[in-house]
Amino acid sequence: MSFSVTLNHRFPSVRMDIAFQVPSPGVTVLFGPSGAGKSTIINAAAGLLRPDNCRIQVDGTVLADTGTNIWIPPERRRVGLVFQDSRLFPHMTVATNLRFGMRRVAPGSIHFDEVVDLLGVGALLNRRPHNLSGGERQRVAIGRALLAQPHLLLMDEPLASLDSARKAEILPYLTRLKTALHLPILYVTHALDEAVQLADSMVLLEAGHVVAHGTVSDVAARADLPLARRDDAGALLLCRIAENDVPRALTRLEGGGATFWVPLLDLPVGAGCRMRIPAREVILASQPPEAISLHNIVPGTVRRIAGDAVRRSVIVEIALPDGGLLSRVTPDAVAHLGLAEGVPVLALIKSTSIEVLGQ
Amino acid sequence: MTMLSPEEWEAVWLTLAVAARAVAFGLPLAVLTAWVLTRYRFPGRGLLNALVHLPMVLPPVVTGWLLLIVFGIRGPIGSLLLHWFGIRLVFTTAGASLACAVMTFPIMVRSIRLALDSIDGGLEQAARTLGAGWLDRLINITLPLASPGILVGGIVGYATSLGEFGAVITFAANIPGQTQTLPLAIYAALQSPGGETKAAELSMVSLTLALIGLLLSEWCGKRLNAMLGR
Repeated sequence: MSFSVTLNHRFPSVRMDIAFQVPSPGVTVLFGPSGAGKSTIINAAAGLLRPDNCRIQVDGTVLADTGTNIWIPPERRRVGLVFQDSRLFPHMTVATNLRFGMRRVAPGSIHFDEVVDLLGVGALLNRRPHNLSGGERQRVAIGRALLAQPHLLLMDEPLASLDSARKAEILPYLTRLKTALHLPILYVTHALDEAVQLADSMVLLEAGHVVAHGTVSDVAARADLPLARRDDAGALLLCRIAENDVPRALTRLEGGGATFWVPLLDLPVGAGCRMRIPAREVILASQPPEAISLHNIVPGTVRRIAGDAVRRSVIVEIALPDGGLLSRVTPDAVAHLGLAEGVPVLALIKSTSIEVLGQ
Repeated sequence: MTMLSPEEWEAVWLTLAVAARAVAFGLPLAVLTAWVLTRYRFPGRGLLNALVHLPMVLPPVVTGWLLLIVFGIRGPIGSLLLHWFGIRLVFTTAGASLACAVMTFPIMVRSIRLALDSIDGGLEQAARTLGAGWLDRLINITLPLASPGILVGGIVGYATSLGEFGAVITFAANIPGQTQTLPLAIYAALQSPGGETKAAELSMVSLTLALIGLLLSEWCGKRLNAMLGR
């Protein structure tokens, strides 16, 4: 099953020309600067904006196709939309808000008690939206959208209006939601930390065009994308806990076809997680160093070298058997090590600099 | 203050009844008009807007005269009403209500429009993505959110109706017990020798009613807005 969007639309100042296809169910993060076309995609998928040309299909259901004149209006589209500014109805209690969409569709697989429990809003049911905190409001808004039994869930920067503490409060709910529901979710964000925690697939947008799309680990490991030129650039690997070595206080992770050691985790062997390795923390070497505190010496091959003129540095993309890593080094280091495409190289990574994100 | 005479009481009750009918018929129409004017762009919208506001700027006597032309027994609408339903508006209590309704219509529309304009359009959009069609949204989102403005519009319209003079006397005349509302009774009292006491008493009643109306609208508006969390 898949979710596909083809869209052309001319705004007074910019032309949108977008096409991508991603697997469903799963979370697809739309990532890019303002004006890149993220909201255009969301609004077209919800039916609130009618592009000049578009075709939007979810799991075999065509929501819109200007070619054959199909246009399901928003109220019959069964597409849940969570706005940045929650948009709860102020004259209704939390419970009535939650049931608003639910009462307007046939009963489906998403149940009231289940959603209330999943989002932890049980204690808020009799309150009014204006008595809720920003984070609580957003959780209710997500619940309201889910209870309308959507075939597709759209989230338009749902955490952008929250401070980092509130964000940290909601993110675990979103990860739970992701695994509990078998829904395609389109998630718009500016924030890389949300993207790396939630995304299965990623669509990178810039000035109305798709720059890249694919699985989050593939997109994150490409040196030629604007994503790699960010200060916080880094590869993302989906991995599995292979061993918990309690005496040495280390955990062994398998991911991308390589082995990584990180400080002991509280996850059981076999559990899945995602691992982020910041590019600036990866040292490159042509020979294994001796007598060093390092646990992770990962062999790979240079796949691509991209310059970053602004920071006077170079991003090196290293191919692993099943994935890739990024390393930010100086142009001098590249010359010194004789790095070029296809050259074998060792990536040296401190175990404490690997960020492990729960799945 | 001496007790009011039965005729004076009659004028007070008549005024309250006339104003009540004016609001009962005028308010729903004002809601509809305000909704159409805020939500839709169509040819003739400017003309409709001007027509609605005309009674506010026209001399009330002219409004009354225009009503006579249109709703008089030989007028285009008045003759039809008489012919089909046997309804005569001119020089009747119903006619006084019509004159009040027309005069207070702009006030009610303005108050409701302000309320509709202040509603966040995003809420209606949200309701739409949750499966609510246009009528569903109007009934469950738009009207409840505009309710403070609608209520305040109704109360102010009612209070203003109590004081309508020019259009009422022109269209419905000054018939005691039928169309003689408070301001008309005050005017009649002032015209008759020795009527100053009566005029003063009725004026006090008028003042009290107006004051109650204003305070009530203020209080209701506040309460409803608090309920909506504003």
